[in-house]
Amino acid sequence: MWSFINKLRSPKWFYAISERLLPWFWVAAAALILVGSVWGLAFAPADYQQGNSFRIIYVHVPAAFLAQSIFVSMAVCGLVYMVWKIKVADMVAAMMAPLGAAMTFISLFSGAVWGVPTWGTWWMWDARLTSMLILFFLYLGVIALRGAFSSRDSASRAASVLAMVGVINIPIIKYSVDWWYTLHQPATFTVTGRVGMPMEMWVPLLIMVLGFYSFFIAVTLMRTRSEILRRESNKRWVRDLAGGER
Amino acid sequence: MTLSLTPKRKQRLFVILGLVALAAIAVGLTLYALRSNINLFFSPVQIAAGDAPIERQIRAGGMVKEGTVARDPESLDVAFVVTDYVDDLEVRYSGILPDLFREGQGVVVVGELQSEGWLRADQVLARHDENYMPPEVAQALEEAGYAPEDYQAKAAEVAERMEAQQQGTSQ
Repeated sequence: MWSFINKLRSPKWFYAISERLLPWFWVAAAALILVGSVWGLAFAPADYQQGNSFRIIYVHVPAAFLAQSIFVSMAVCGLVYMVWKIKVADMVAAMMAPLGAAMTFISLFSGAVWGVPTWGTWWMWDARLTSMLILFFLYLGVIALRGAFSSRDSASRAASVLAMVGVINIPIIKYSVDWWYTLHQPATFTVTGRVGMPMEMWVPLLIMVLGFYSFFIAVTLMRTRSEILRRESNKRWVRDLAGGER
Repeated sequence: MTLSLTPKRKQRLFVILGLVALAAIAVGLTLYALRSNINLFFSPVQIAAGDAPIERQIRAGGMVKEGTVARDPESLDVAFVVTDYVDDLEVRYSGILPDLFREGQGVVVVGELQSEGWLRADQVLARHDENYMPPEVAQALEEAGYAPEDYQAKAAEVAERMEAQQQGTSQ
């Protein structure tokens, strides 16, 4: 276990192993999202109250899951970078941030579109919606901090600290619907415990969630690979890789 | 190079964990102090207890009580009772109701509480619970004698009964 993590220190090793893993995650993401969306949008039964508008759940819930998971991953990478000074961790964190922001936006937007026919409003300052909006601003803050410093080390440290402190918002998002009165209903989709929907609705949702996670891993690996080449461009192994020019 | 926690790394780890813990405590205390403002709506119990201000815009939430929705055939006026199964609140509204509005449904109403104790609503929002089911299942439940509007109340009833049974067996 330790030797495996030790190897992660080396950008070269990360570059090599990710090359082998990448196609699997792309295939898994494409297959799961294709199956999940066709099943969810065309074959899963409609809801008895909401009819077909309930199908927005197949985008809304996976996007909201990713929005939160990516932020937690970013905070973990930040901790690893700050304590052990592992540069790959910082590169991974930097490459995740835009996807996390995009997923947060998708969950906010799909939620607003869903809110109009269901609740009768597209926005309400309730605890769940507001804390999710704060998450979006935290993502923008992390991205902006990375661009705001001329020294990469300072930028990485500032972004890591913001990610680690900002992770406090994640339990607030998760439990907001239980702690306070909100317009948003409590969670339907749980992997453990009681599920608020029958299997023929839940299975395609599970497939979509897994597909979104595979997509996230594939995009992060791919972007980290190009970031490694960019940051290590003066290293011998990268120049050898590029055909030994110059 | 190993990953063991050297004194320097341990110090950095503790500084970071301390920083995050302090920030969490600050946020937690702030949310605790603001808890009544973070709640989106007052429930009828709170209104009956006099917690809500009168003739100022507030939000109230609960279930639309069965058999209380009265529509004026001449206009869009509608009156109904919002309940939390403890206290009731009469609501009068003039306007278009959301599609999900029905008896037994959760709602949030925005409006002004009148001194006589009823609420003049400017906006009615439907809440949705966390349960989804296909129409056929809903129909089957209906044929078994449950109206769709009752599901939530029935679920609460069943849960109460089970809890009572559990308490009965444990005693």
